[in-house]
Amino acid sequence: MSVAVAKHGEVKHNYLNAGDTVLSWLLTTDHKRIAVLYLVSVTLFFAVGGLLALLIRLELLTPQGDLMTSENYNRVFTMHGVVMIFLFLIPAIPAVLGNFLVPLMVGARDLAFPRLNLASWYVYMAGGLIATWAMVNGGVDTGWTFYPPYSSSYSTSQVTLTIIGAFLIGFSSIFTGINFIVTIHKMRAPGLTWFRLPLFIWAHYATSVIIVLGTPVVAITLLLVAVERVFRLGIFDPALGGDPILFQHLFWFYSHPAVYIMILPAMGVISEVVACFSRKRVFGYHFVAFSSVAIAVIGFLVWGHHMFTTGQSVYAGMVFSLLSFLVAVPSAVKVFNWTATMYKGHIEFRAPMLYVMGFLGLFVIGGLTGLFLASLATDIHLQDTYFVVAHFHYIMVGGTIFGYLAGLHFWWPKMTGRMYPEGIAKLAALIIFAGFNLTFLPQFVLGYLGMPRRYHWYPEEWQMLHVMSSAGAALLGIGYILPVFYLLWSLRNGALAGPNPWGATGLEWKTDSPPITHNFEETPIVTEEPYAYENHHQQEEVASGTGASTAEA
Amino acid sequence: MKGVALLPDTASTFAQQVDLLFWFLTAVTVFFTLLIAGLVLYFAVRYRRGSTASRAGAKETDLRLEIGWSMIPLTVGLIVFVWAAKLYADAYGPPPDNALEIFVIGKQWMWHLQHPNGIRENNELHIPAGRPVKLTMISQDVIHSFFVPAFRIKRDVLPGRYNTVWFTPTKPGKYHLFCAEYCGTQHSRMIGWVYVMEPAEYEKWLASGGEARPGAVASGSGTMAGISTASLVQAGEQLYKQLRCNACHGATDGQRGPSHYGLFGKKVKLRDGTVVVADEAYLRESILRPLAKVVDGYEPIMPSYEGLLNEERTLQLIAYIKSLKKPVQTAEVKP
Amino acid sequence: MVQEQAQQKLSIQFEDIAQQNESYIVGMWTFLVTEIMFFGGLFATYLVYRVANQEVFWEAHRHLSIPLGFFNTCVLLTSSLTMALTVHYSQRGLRKQQLLWLLVTMALACTFLVVKGFEYHHKFVEGLIPGANFRFEPAEHMRVAQLFFSLYFAMTGLHALHVIIGVLVMTILAVLIAIKHPSVQDFIPIELTGLYWHFVDIVWIFLFPLLYLIPR
Repeated sequence: MSVAVAKHGEVKHNYLNAGDTVLSWLLTTDHKRIAVLYLVSVTLFFAVGGLLALLIRLELLTPQGDLMTSENYNRVFTMHGVVMIFLFLIPAIPAVLGNFLVPLMVGARDLAFPRLNLASWYVYMAGGLIATWAMVNGGVDTGWTFYPPYSSSYSTSQVTLTIIGAFLIGFSSIFTGINFIVTIHKMRAPGLTWFRLPLFIWAHYATSVIIVLGTPVVAITLLLVAVERVFRLGIFDPALGGDPILFQHLFWFYSHPAVYIMILPAMGVISEVVACFSRKRVFGYHFVAFSSVAIAVIGFLVWGHHMFTTGQSVYAGMVFSLLSFLVAVPSAVKVFNWTATMYKGHIEFRAPMLYVMGFLGLFVIGGLTGLFLASLATDIHLQDTYFVVAHFHYIMVGGTIFGYLAGLHFWWPKMTGRMYPEGIAKLAALIIFAGFNLTFLPQFVLGYLGMPRRYHWYPEEWQMLHVMSSAGAALLGIGYILPVFYLLWSLRNGALAGPNPWGATGLEWKTDSPPITHNFEETPIVTEEPYAYENHHQQEEVASGTGASTAEA
Repeated sequence: MKGVALLPDTASTFAQQVDLLFWFLTAVTVFFTLLIAGLVLYFAVRYRRGSTASRAGAKETDLRLEIGWSMIPLTVGLIVFVWAAKLYADAYGPPPDNALEIFVIGKQWMWHLQHPNGIRENNELHIPAGRPVKLTMISQDVIHSFFVPAFRIKRDVLPGRYNTVWFTPTKPGKYHLFCAEYCGTQHSRMIGWVYVMEPAEYEKWLASGGEARPGAVASGSGTMAGISTASLVQAGEQLYKQLRCNACHGATDGQRGPSHYGLFGKKVKLRDGTVVVADEAYLRESILRPLAKVVDGYEPIMPSYEGLLNEERTLQLIAYIKSLKKPVQTAEVKP
Repeated sequence: MVQEQAQQKLSIQFEDIAQQNESYIVGMWTFLVTEIMFFGGLFATYLVYRVANQEVFWEAHRHLSIPLGFFNTCVLLTSSLTMALTVHYSQRGLRKQQLLWLLVTMALACTFLVVKGFEYHHKFVEGLIPGANFRFEPAEHMRVAQLFFSLYFAMTGLHALHVIIGVLVMTILAVLIAIKHPSVQDFIPIELTGLYWHFVDIVWIFLFPLLYLIPR
């Protein structure tokens, strides 16, 4: 690991050089080191999930399904979903950026329960390895949704093992959620009132509430599927007396809010970055903060919109549809506020800002195409087609991954003490943006044409669109690989960042980069509103000479 | 590569209505995407760091704006909600009286379809244009979903429970039929064709017992139109006698069991005082698990037929019971 | 009390003892919320099936012993009281009383488990364990009755698991208190265990009427 060198040339003490044995990493309780452990782990699982995605796109180049057998194709898309959702998207921002930044942003020396935090990483790894082991030993072919009775009575794949893996990963995120809630409630620095908190913290607070309320329900539900499978108890299989629709209710009670677990933290990142690179306070701070809470609350009441075609009563469908339109409002409010933040700002085109601009465009498309699915009549046609696939990838990739990459670049100097190379980072952002749209825009058309999800074979007249999508996936793959190389390169060769290379507000920028083991030399005292860029603006105009030159060196 | 499709066929009245909504939503999406993307790009260029554009009067928040941009999506959402809910209630609601009733059985990995006159088809469905078609569907194993993109209709096919959907095909032609709910290994081969025929051709097809299939090309996806000698009702009657249902369920309410004549669609009072409507789901439950709902005034003595009847034969029995009308007539009702 | 707190060890991440204690309490409550949702999923499943199968669930529930269930309810309620006493004495720093009432609580918890064990054994003898050997008269109702017993074992089993975990935690605490280990000098470990134990009791307060006392 690189070591930040102070002006005088002596090696400065920080969390990275606090110990360099393997054991010092594996037994650390420092939230920043645990964040780095998570960073390495989620990156590895993202690579696995990405390779599986490439296999899917490779197979779908031709309509006949001639690359692999149907058995294997079904395993590949299932494992792509399981790995990406449980092992990447859910932990990515909270467990990496959140872990690193929540204590720094609230001015604390660590999270409330550091050992619980480490335990969360171990439980995550245990769950991840069990799921991986299941993958290697026969795989799983139920789709990531595990719908019974297929999953409980018919599938011959490693369903039970995968469920145990998902169950454990759920507990790892519960640990993280509890830690965040307690830390944000009890450990804010003096003067840091709720409405002085960065919006990143508000977003993580809302996320933690969803994790704490939702995850246990899916954990017990998946456990019941495993029990039904192993002991042949009839809980969801109608042949044994159960009701498969009940499973769907319980599953989506968590798994729809889980979408907000994945997107809310990304929204938090967007707020930080857009304010910094517009040099302005986030427009409508209170509305952005409360919209996170509103999403968390209403998000728990819309699960039935995954089930419009299942035969639930028409009236239930209407209630869920109405609530789904309501939950769209706070998301729209956020987008408008971010856009308004740029108005009359001083916008700087750094890589994180490019990701934010990409996020705004893609998230709008993702959100609005969600209206097609919240709307009952169009959902009848579009449910379980590629339209749904395209929609949620616009949210999950265009939203969450763009937010994650924006945040990773934005705080990379803080985490490592080094700047990433700006030019190639911008290039990667553009490639990812182009590749992403080429991959998923054609899938909206495919869905409207009627291409069902999870199809190994498809009619020939749709091949053109699939070829476009696969070409986009290749481009997207290149875009994803670039950051791995230049970020690793920057660990040794990047320009030294200094405490605050972006001239940003927020407590995390008031300490060294990388921060010392317990974050602050002395507990900071907060006296100003968040994003007080106006106050800093004059000073920065003067100081920007030094900050920018280190960044570009 | 066989041509490039960019728009799906539109071959039912529902499809026309849904498309209108679909394109409205598309217009909304394009408008707001261009609006936001345009603003982001415009601000990014005009207010780039170092530009000379005036920053005077920049605000931190504005209540009127917040209310405005909360209300706009809310209003658009409510309009779409009402519009879509109306169509949804129609498609999944009760069909018109003259609907052609077809039974659908899904199983890993094929579609089995039964016409009222006894014609049975696998992975192929022949229907006339211009007449409403009602599908009553059930699965023999896992969850499937009956999906015809050209009609814009889809309905999950569940094990242990009937689901229905109806539509009116408008345009003769050959359309894809898909299973849309992941159902295992051969999910993507659980497909078929729907043939919408001119009414006259359909009559010919019916008369020939499903042999004459104008415009039909052997598609290689397991298309065998089987012909049964008996109609659904006739098969059901045979089964009814064979299982000796009539021993307890006579022409009038008997000692041991209530009569089935005129039962379908009626309200039935149960032992626990609740009242249920005798629809397909009720009949199915009462055949397979008779003690779940016992009619008021009777003892819970009927044996279960679960495991003795497959879904196809259950459907035949139900078709027969539905055909039994009051006042008492000689059982048979020709379709 | 003041002097007890002074002995407490302050972890590096906290500013002062008060913040540390509050954090632990808030953390425990948050954890209990996840526990409520965890059981909540099971309760929802049970209620859905019970409403759908009122008749058979009533028949099946007659195979449960109300006297034993009632006895166990009393045992757990009493253990809640003794746990409250343990916390009370621990806050006052009275080590002996604290240890005494903790041991009484453990004894009650074990009583509960033993009675539960007898009940399970009885079900086993009667052939009411869901699976291939499940027997139920009338055979007509076997399927739904098996559903009832599946849920019965899932819910009471998960609850029993929580009781066992509680006993293990209390055993460790009792040993630590007995040897005057510094980590139990203050009342926080007992306080947290107490919160957990009350939660376990409350779950049973819901389980007992839901499973044992189904109205016709």
